Amino acid sequence: MLKTGFQSGFKTGRTLAAAAGLAVTFAAGFAAPASAQDTIKVGILHSLSGTMAISETTLKDVMLMLIEEQNKKGGVLGKKLEPVVVDPASNWPLFAEKARELVSKDKVAAVFGCWTSVSRKSVLPVFEELNSILFYPVQYEGEESSRNVFYTGAAPNQQAIPAVDYLAEKEGVQRWVLAGTDYVYPRTTNKILETYLKSKGVKSEDIMINYTPFGHADWQNIVADIKKFGSAGKKTAVVSTINGDANVPFYKELGNQGVKAQDIPVVAFSVGEEELAGIDTKPLVGHLAAWNYFMSVDTPENSDFIKKWQAYTKNDKRVTNDPMEAHYIGFNMWVKAVEKAGTTDSNAVIDSLVGVAVPNLTGGYSAMLPNHHITKPVLIGEVQENGQFETVSKTPGLVAGDEWSDFLPDSKDLISDWRAPMSCGNFNVKTGKCGGKGS
Amino acid sequence: MHRAFCWLLAAFLALAAPASFAADLAPLVRGLGAGSYAETEKAIAGLAETGDPAVVPVIEALQAGDLHVRKADGAVVVAKRAGNGYALTDPLTGAALGEADRNAVEKIRINNALRRTISATLGALTLMSPDANTRRQAAEAVFKSRDANALDALNTALAKETDARVRRAMTQARASVLLAGDAPDADKIAAVEVLQERGDQDARALLNGAANTGSDAVKDAAKKAIASVEQRLALWGAAQNLWYGLSLGSVLLLAAIGLAVTFGVMGVINMAHGEMVMIGAYATFLVQEAFRQWAPGLFDFSILVALPVAFLVSGAVGVAIERSVIRWLYGRPLETLLATWGLSLALQQAVRSIFGPTNREVGAPSWMSGAFELGGLTITYGRLWIVVFAFLVFGALLVALRKTWFGLSIRAVTQNRSMANAMGIRTARVDALTFGLGSGIAGLAGVALSQIDNVSPNLGQGYIIDSFMVVVFGGVGNLWGTLVGALALGGVNKFLEPYAGAVLGKILVLIFIILFIQRRPRGLFALKGRAVEA
Repeated sequence: MLKTGFQSGFKTGRTLAAAAGLAVTFAAGFAAPASAQDTIKVGILHSLSGTMAISETTLKDVMLMLIEEQNKKGGVLGKKLEPVVVDPASNWPLFAEKARELVSKDKVAAVFGCWTSVSRKSVLPVFEELNSILFYPVQYEGEESSRNVFYTGAAPNQQAIPAVDYLAEKEGVQRWVLAGTDYVYPRTTNKILETYLKSKGVKSEDIMINYTPFGHADWQNIVADIKKFGSAGKKTAVVSTINGDANVPFYKELGNQGVKAQDIPVVAFSVGEEELAGIDTKPLVGHLAAWNYFMSVDTPENSDFIKKWQAYTKNDKRVTNDPMEAHYIGFNMWVKAVEKAGTTDSNAVIDSLVGVAVPNLTGGYSAMLPNHHITKPVLIGEVQENGQFETVSKTPGLVAGDEWSDFLPDSKDLISDWRAPMSCGNFNVKTGKCGGKGS
Repeated sequence: MHRAFCWLLAAFLALAAPASFAADLAPLVRGLGAGSYAETEKAIAGLAETGDPAVVPVIEALQAGDLHVRKADGAVVVAKRAGNGYALTDPLTGAALGEADRNAVEKIRINNALRRTISATLGALTLMSPDANTRRQAAEAVFKSRDANALDALNTALAKETDARVRRAMTQARASVLLAGDAPDADKIAAVEVLQERGDQDARALLNGAANTGSDAVKDAAKKAIASVEQRLALWGAAQNLWYGLSLGSVLLLAAIGLAVTFGVMGVINMAHGEMVMIGAYATFLVQEAFRQWAPGLFDFSILVALPVAFLVSGAVGVAIERSVIRWLYGRPLETLLATWGLSLALQQAVRSIFGPTNREVGAPSWMSGAFELGGLTITYGRLWIVVFAFLVFGALLVALRKTWFGLSIRAVTQNRSMANAMGIRTARVDALTFGLGSGIAGLAGVALSQIDNVSPNLGQGYIIDSFMVVVFGGVGNLWGTLVGALALGGVNKFLEPYAGAVLGKILVLIFIILFIQRRPRGLFALKGRAVEA
């Protein structure tokens, strides 16, 4: 009985699949040429399931909103934009597969996507091979430059280093705990910070480095260790590159063990408004985060953006965060560059992107630099009771993204310039040759 | 006549004094809203200098974030939410100043540096408070701030103090101020002794400072004191580690105990076990939302209501899974594994679609937040209750399996299905209920875990591997094995962590389990007899 049930189910499944395949062929056969003329396709490569869905789903929604709005304004080059959404399911090899699908099958003009560094590294060869464009919206560890990737998130010098400077100058911090999740972004960032702090005269016994696995949930003795490290008679701060889900139990433990921001402040590089939405923030008031954007920033552009976002999601409690702003900047840059180039051809757009400046949400302009990073202000904010950040410090001008850190021996002589005569992502200024450390 | 005049004068002064003070304070209070953090700090210092208790409520309002500047005239007011706008009061007199629109006032912002100044100032100002608890907190604040300006107030307060605990706190605060300032050596050495007696991390921080900066005599005394404090801290540190191990063990126990029923007793490799935990956590979230909506005053009880709700919801989902999927797959472990794994993905995505991918906030009731000190141990209430809860659940399950008719049927069916069937037990029904019981217990674990972990669709994934490790290590089919296994793994993990770090610690535990299973494939407490072969 059961067996036949399965068998017949299997059969129907196959017939269905065949029918579906046929339908797809038909649809593609008739629809594809028509749409290629009428619309410009934009790829969205964000995980909608799996562990990273928590962060990336929002970015997919914000891209859909931006595209919808651009279409209301008449699209680009007189054509409507058509979003193509795929779900790489937090699976790194699948990112590369889906990227290939977007570029070669769907023929998208540009892709907006990725969150983790490992997913970016996995799609990078695809974009270089097929010569397409990727906009990457998340703060990352640097040490990379590609002709086909535009980094709209912060490089370490646009987030980590200003944050450490703020703590040292304004809070008088002399002892540092560098706590992170055990993968490439925290490890590289902490290496940069360690060298930077030592260059500022901090002794090695005043730096404690701690790594924890992904999704670490039991923070009891690490928080106790931090408290102990903080009782050496010098002002201590924690620089946290703890990622994703591990943050909530970490902050809960801090609150429970009574580590107050007045005594040991924690400055985080991966905790934004979205992450705080899942925590009771009362015990965390005063802990810090460094970003290039806060939802609380009071500018007309920002309140307009928030209003549109909440209307789009039909939820007046939805928060905005830094990577969303990065997509906002990146998308507007791409639109402007396409209009400047008059075509969506990758080479033309890549060349015309450099030098494009668009308004950001913090009341200024961000420009695309020859190294494919952008200029941004750096904001330091303190957590408030309502789960928002209040800006306590803002860099006076814009900070230019520096892809090859000056504080790592491997990369301090490297620069990147993708403009015509040089067109090199890792030019060694000492040897005068392109190709120092591989990207 | 003369005397009457005196009384009159005194009465007059008593009436006039606050008024005149208030007049002096008003411009200072106004300075709080001048704009920049530096100006606010200056204004706080000015208020502190007056030493007038009338400024305490003003600074407390600033600390609580209630102080606002009225944009129309720049006056500093206390603004509290009232409907859509704010109800304004005067910070000094408390007189009502009417209502204002939300845009008509601007909050006076404070940062960490200001928060420190505020607690130091409040500490110095409330040392003479009539309430012993406030005085003790004030002394603690001064202890932390080491504010030399508070020394006079501290000395006066100390001379009057009668409560022994407050006295001790004040003596320690005085020692901290003396040690940080430039007192004579004799005073400093006396202060070192006081701090040595206190003997906690804060004391060590102060002593470390003294050991680096003071004169030679002070340095020597401080170093000796540090050695003694550190010895004491090391002892307490070991005890603390033991507690962490117990606490982690109890979390593992909670996560694994449901699996001990579905996997251990029934033999179903249930990869969707973690999702049952997750469903329990989401049930807690829903119950809390309901409380927030309809009975915010009873929020502290929401967790207690969530327990049966989570048990029933997860249990019902468990029964549904058993009836629809698992019952077709008994005796086919590979298919069960794949089917339940698929189910776990489906459940995750379903929850993601319904509740969204972001974390949901589950609040801690007041009796589960914060920590208390036990000697040198810091024990957080949340963890303490989880330990208690884990053992209660374990005990209840043990009783249910051993002493009830239902438990007897479960054991009968798992030990010899056909015999049980012949004796008139409806085995299919027992199967479904057993699976439901295991799932329901996982739901209970979800309630507890919602207090310490994220409530997100991925919640369960973090616990599934650990749960299997505990059950396999403890011995499949043995509840006591699960208890011992959970506590042992928690203890070993926490023992290794300080030396090896969290990442390596976890790897070492895994290797240890692999080696152990090589030696004893049936785990710590192996079942013996015919049941094993069945």
